[in-house]
Amino acid sequence: MAEIERHSFDVLVVGAGGAGLRAAIAAHDAGAKVGIVCKSLLGKAHTVMAEGGIAAAMANVWKEDNWKVHFRDTMRGGKMLNHWRMAQLHAQEAPDRVRELEEWGALFDRTPDGLISQRDFGGHRYARLAHVGDRTGLELIRTLQQRAVALGIEVFMECTITKLFTSTSAASTEKRVSAGAGRISGAFGYWRESGRFIAFEAPSVVLATGGIGKSYKVTSNSWEYTGDGHALALEAGASLVNMEFVQFHPTGMVWPPSVKGILVTESVRGDGGVLRNSEGRRFMFDYIPEFFKAETADSEEEADRWYEDKTNNRRPPELLPRDEVARAINAEVKAGRGSPHGGVFLDIASRRTPEYIRRRLPSMYHQFKELADVDITAEPMEVGPTCHYVMGGVAVDPDTGESAVPGLYAAGEVAGGMHGANRLGGNSLSDLLVFGRRTGLNAAYAAGRRGERPTIGDEEIRAASEHALAPFGIEGGENPYTVQQDLQEVMHNLVGIIRTADEMKQALTDLAALRERITRLSVEGHRQYNPGWHLALDLHNMLRVSECIARAALERTESRGGHTRDDYPATDDSWGKVNLHCRLDGDGVGITREPLPQMPDDLRELFN
Amino acid sequence: MGYDLKMKVWRGDATGGDLVDYTVPVEEGEVVLDALHRIQATQSGDLAVRWNCKAGKCGSCSTEINGKPRLACMTRLSTFEPGETVTVTPLRTFPVVRDLVTDVSYNYRVAETVPAFAPEPRPADGQYRMQQVDVERGQEFRKCIECFLCQNVCHVIRDHEENKPAFSGPRFFLRYAELEMHPLDTNDRRALAREQAGIGLCNITKCCTEVCPEGIHITDNAIIPMKERVVDRSFDPVTWLGRKIFRRDQLPEAQVPQGRAE
Amino acid sequence: MAAPTGIKSPTRARIAARTLRTDRWWLYPTFTALVLLAFVVYATYRAFVGEHYFAEPYLTPFYSPCVTTECVEGSSHLGTWVGDWWALSPAVLILIIPLSLRLTCYYYRKAYYRSFWMSPPACAVGEPHRRYTGEARFPLILQNIHRYALYLALAYNVLLTYDAVMAFKSPEGEWGHMGLGTLILVVNAVLLGLYSLSCHSCRHIIGGRLRNFSKHPVRYRAWGMVSLLNGRHAQLAWVSLVWVAFTDFYIWMVASGTWSDPRFF
Repeated sequence: MAEIERHSFDVLVVGAGGAGLRAAIAAHDAGAKVGIVCKSLLGKAHTVMAEGGIAAAMANVWKEDNWKVHFRDTMRGGKMLNHWRMAQLHAQEAPDRVRELEEWGALFDRTPDGLISQRDFGGHRYARLAHVGDRTGLELIRTLQQRAVALGIEVFMECTITKLFTSTSAASTEKRVSAGAGRISGAFGYWRESGRFIAFEAPSVVLATGGIGKSYKVTSNSWEYTGDGHALALEAGASLVNMEFVQFHPTGMVWPPSVKGILVTESVRGDGGVLRNSEGRRFMFDYIPEFFKAETADSEEEADRWYEDKTNNRRPPELLPRDEVARAINAEVKAGRGSPHGGVFLDIASRRTPEYIRRRLPSMYHQFKELADVDITAEPMEVGPTCHYVMGGVAVDPDTGESAVPGLYAAGEVAGGMHGANRLGGNSLSDLLVFGRRTGLNAAYAAGRRGERPTIGDEEIRAASEHALAPFGIEGGENPYTVQQDLQEVMHNLVGIIRTADEMKQALTDLAALRERITRLSVEGHRQYNPGWHLALDLHNMLRVSECIARAALERTESRGGHTRDDYPATDDSWGKVNLHCRLDGDGVGITREPLPQMPDDLRELFN
Repeated sequence: MGYDLKMKVWRGDATGGDLVDYTVPVEEGEVVLDALHRIQATQSGDLAVRWNCKAGKCGSCSTEINGKPRLACMTRLSTFEPGETVTVTPLRTFPVVRDLVTDVSYNYRVAETVPAFAPEPRPADGQYRMQQVDVERGQEFRKCIECFLCQNVCHVIRDHEENKPAFSGPRFFLRYAELEMHPLDTNDRRALAREQAGIGLCNITKCCTEVCPEGIHITDNAIIPMKERVVDRSFDPVTWLGRKIFRRDQLPEAQVPQGRAE
Repeated sequence: MAAPTGIKSPTRARIAARTLRTDRWWLYPTFTALVLLAFVVYATYRAFVGEHYFAEPYLTPFYSPCVTTECVEGSSHLGTWVGDWWALSPAVLILIIPLSLRLTCYYYRKAYYRSFWMSPPACAVGEPHRRYTGEARFPLILQNIHRYALYLALAYNVLLTYDAVMAFKSPEGEWGHMGLGTLILVVNAVLLGLYSLSCHSCRHIIGGRLRNFSKHPVRYRAWGMVSLLNGRHAQLAWVSLVWVAFTDFYIWMVASGTWSDPRFF
């Protein structure tokens, strides 16, 4: 076999979204030699899609705000299943992380006295989202990107990692082992452009690969979101926590097909938009749960009065929590009262003047006009739930971000624990910054403590190459695009917003069949920039993650946050003390129950 | 309401290639990228096209559609005449990698040469203060999604490969302007804009502004103001004299990063 | 022969066509070229002809201010201090100012680079030149004098405004006159003034060069107003160009006695 390209770093960061870039900057600042590997071009990561803002208790708008309030909001939003220590660090450090961005050139919107402006968002008690219009994610990634470039950090663009090396993988290259005792020694991947392989030797690897949305049919996520980091960590011996919690945003676009899944902001409803079914009925009134009855309007008249007079009227049911609304939309569509394209109608046109809509919702107006040729000031939008975010991820030490595999770190969406059962809007960007920095620093310190860099044997590399090239060796096999579509159908239909035991068991059977089919994938053409081949390799990861989600969801016999069981509709306190961990088990994955880390008393008092 | 769309897609690599005919079923409301994806999924699994968000926010799917530089995800099929053949080629300013994918590394190399933001020190309370009116100009430029369509359409490098080493292109004039107008920045990049970024090569024919999917007024708000700043520094006899007399030309300007840190 | 460059460079996608655009991209450069050419021909003829440029109280903008001894009686409000050494038409002397402004104008540069120089003829249409050095060298580096042309032009705008005011005097020298010519001259002065004020250099000088608007509220407001005008710079460039030619034509017709000036009061 020809000699392959090799590089050696103290810290290798996989992923160049907000978390990856922040980690790389921190590791560089700690004196480490850092390399960043990313699947796309630099600056294209999914972070650019974030709109609302970065949640941080800076108290620029409300002096009453502080980290304790933010901590409390986050824990309550996560249905108390969050790792308390992560939520604490997050709330404490977010303000500094935001101010730091300014030092690197970010231009946030300002308050009248020149400080960073902060806006209101669901679940946050005070206005605390630092923002730049509705493109905060772009600002964040561009700022970090420019900082990383200024520091001269080496970036490997359009390069995909397919395997992590550990000391145990070296011991046994013949068989994939599931034991988690090995220490990280590096990573293996391919250049998308040329198809050539590349190996990295590094004592510390930071995973910052984002989420898993592409396993679902309707998602707001881009193609990169194939759960690579989740699967890599799993196979290196780490465990994934909270995988049953997947956030479905109730309003994504469903029509036209080209934009299916793209987010429609909650502000549409906040500003007066209502949901209607095909019969024109404001169906949300039929779905007010007992728990929220006291604070929700029960007539259209009262709901409409709320917009003008919030003290004497109760909230419209359209503004119930995301999971409630998503569930209701789902039920309407299943009952045959959906819109022509399988959603429901979100109508603001008949309720507000065109001028008002254009002034309050400029980006939504633009989005529908450009992408759907729909004038939202004149006609209703068609919307439906869309897969948005996975709360679950690699279980890590809250302070250092290190997983159960020594030398393997995770930050951002790929890490689990921070958001518990449900993430608050705005907390993802601050999560990236806080834990990106922490993992970067600790990865660099650990690499320094370890001293020499590991080396990777030719045998290991040969095995990894053979595995990656397998799809070229099969003729007349399965089309990867078809398999991906089938996988998305399974996850969408059987492990979607509303789950039942029967459907999830069916899903596991179907996933097993898909697992068999992906051993027979074949791709046409050659290795140079071949998307069919790339997808074939990604499918492996998507299946692993899907299986974790399905198994964990089947195990948790209650409804909580981003996990709703039709057969167990109530929240069960005994489940509130348990995290589910997903680990490699033979060829598949297994679930174990582990106790939730206990919060110290001084923090517990905040909830009394 | 689907129909069959006739497409010509350039397929090939640096050694050569051709426009290949495809007939692909499309649905109402779709964009060019949807049609390309359908070709991938059903006809040519190895058709190379770069894309990410598919919502006009990441700037990955830059191609030339019927000869015009555009984002494939923002070009709706309904903008074409029924029966019109849609021709898609890779960007014609950058080296082709394969099919619709080009090597845009030129842009990343240029990005490394722009001197970084150099803010004044923080005030005692640790909080920078900036007024909204002062950040708005920069915010317009920071809407840039780095699709590089402006770089692609700019004839300075599109039609003259040899200008690439001496020219930064509209995207980076935007960056220079952003930093020059940043309320906290302390560098002076005017000499660099002229000598290193080659702003004098621009003859303001405004194609960059025409193709910008974010609607940034690249020429009017960034390039021309930068040219005027260069005039302030290099072509204004009064300031020229001032610099000679007061030895202002001895003051440091922003330094180009010398080599990359290892 | 040198190696092929531009879209024919060896590393780029090998596509034979200079452009694959299917729209009528040639419309803008062709139309621009025709209008500019027509203006140049007309203006050159009128500038050199040296007659029919003054019809009391109207002085055509092409000949204002008229400052050589050759000027017809009554047309030289600023005197004939240039004297008699200037052999050409008095218009040629003065037209250098508006010409230099328009020649170096950021909008006209786009217009003529595209239509006359074909550099490029339209966006994503290959240009025919082998080499290109832009405005980095002589002579095009002289485009950087635009702001000085602006200073001169602003003074010239004052003179044209003066001419428009003078047009409220009757041929007999009495105030309170107004004819169609007065109106045309007023519009002319306003359009040319707006064209100068909307200039990119003006926008820069008035406030664009500042780093902190908030510390200069007056200049910020002025910048805001000039920016509004600047958004219409291209339209103002065309309208004022056509109108100044029309103004001259109208006065030519009145001065030559082809038609007489309708008088309002």
